[in-house]
Amino acid sequence: MAEHSHPTPKLYGIILACLVAGTVLTFLAATWEMGIFNPIVALTIACTKAVLVILFFMHIRYSSKLTKITVAAGFFWLLILITLSLSDYLSRALPLGS
Amino acid sequence: MEQQKEASTFGMWVFLLTELMMFGGLFGAYLIYRIKYYDAFVAGSSSIDVKWGFINTLVLIGSSFTMAMAVWYAQKGTRKLQMVFLLATMFLGAVFLGIKGIEYYAKYDECHIPGHIIGKGFNATGGPGCDTGNIAEEIQKRARERGKPEVPEASAIQTAQQTEIFFSFYFAMTGLHAFHMIIGLGLLSWLLMRASRSEFGPEYFTPVELGGLYWHFVDIVWIFLFPLLYLINRTKT
Repeated sequence: MAEHSHPTPKLYGIILACLVAGTVLTFLAATWEMGIFNPIVALTIACTKAVLVILFFMHIRYSSKLTKITVAAGFFWLLILITLSLSDYLSRALPLGS
Repeated sequence: MEQQKEASTFGMWVFLLTELMMFGGLFGAYLIYRIKYYDAFVAGSSSIDVKWGFINTLVLIGSSFTMAMAVWYAQKGTRKLQMVFLLATMFLGAVFLGIKGIEYYAKYDECHIPGHIIGKGFNATGGPGCDTGNIAEEIQKRARERGKPEVPEASAIQTAQQTEIFFSFYFAMTGLHAFHMIIGLGLLSWLLMRASRSEFGPEYFTPVELGGLYWHFVDIVWIFLFPLLYLINRTKT
């Protein structure tokens, strides 16, 4: 079984600090004009925060390989949903919705 | 016991992934409409008070931390601290919903609720009782403040009317999220009851672990909702 080690309250505190820092950072980044990079930076920070929550708060870092691959497959499936929908809508010769 | 816990965790994750698909569908639709009606999404997003969204993000992250601590103490079998952290999580969850209520009321007051059933009906172009939520005027003001070319009134009014689609997404996504929070509060009270009977310890704490997974998942959804709904374009120039 994958009971190698367990996160400690100290680690949870560090993760909390990272998440708070990420929230402040995403707010500051949004007030800064970066053109096309604004949404990219916002989503990168959001993904990083989500990964921290999944790995440590949700214990995926300490889970079995079966659970790990299930979670990874689920999020990969979400990426397929969003990437293929958007590549369809964005690559049409006609404007969206015409 | 270990195998049972493993099976339960796996099952919970499968359930959470179906939830992910449900929210993911909404996020996908949101992205497509955001590209099509970008100006309206910027105008709608800017009309929401970012202060509350920011505070709520911190509140929810804090509640995830207290939940993780509750799981930790459930595993240790420390009854008192386990209950303290479950209560703290419930308190933060309630604060989140209260703040959400303040935000919803502001939108109600400004006539920004889509459709014509609730309140005075959707009206983002000013009118009797809806002058505080005049988005058309805001669009023109924003362009002037930033030294951009003047926005003609007709086009400002059209964009303001299109914010209805943004608010539809805003209410559908935050509403579904808030609904999950309410269910989470129910789960937490059940866990609190069982914790008070000292049912959890190193041998058996699966319900707390799974309740924690659910709570953290709802937190993750908000981590994406906050930048996508509140921070589309908050630049000053």
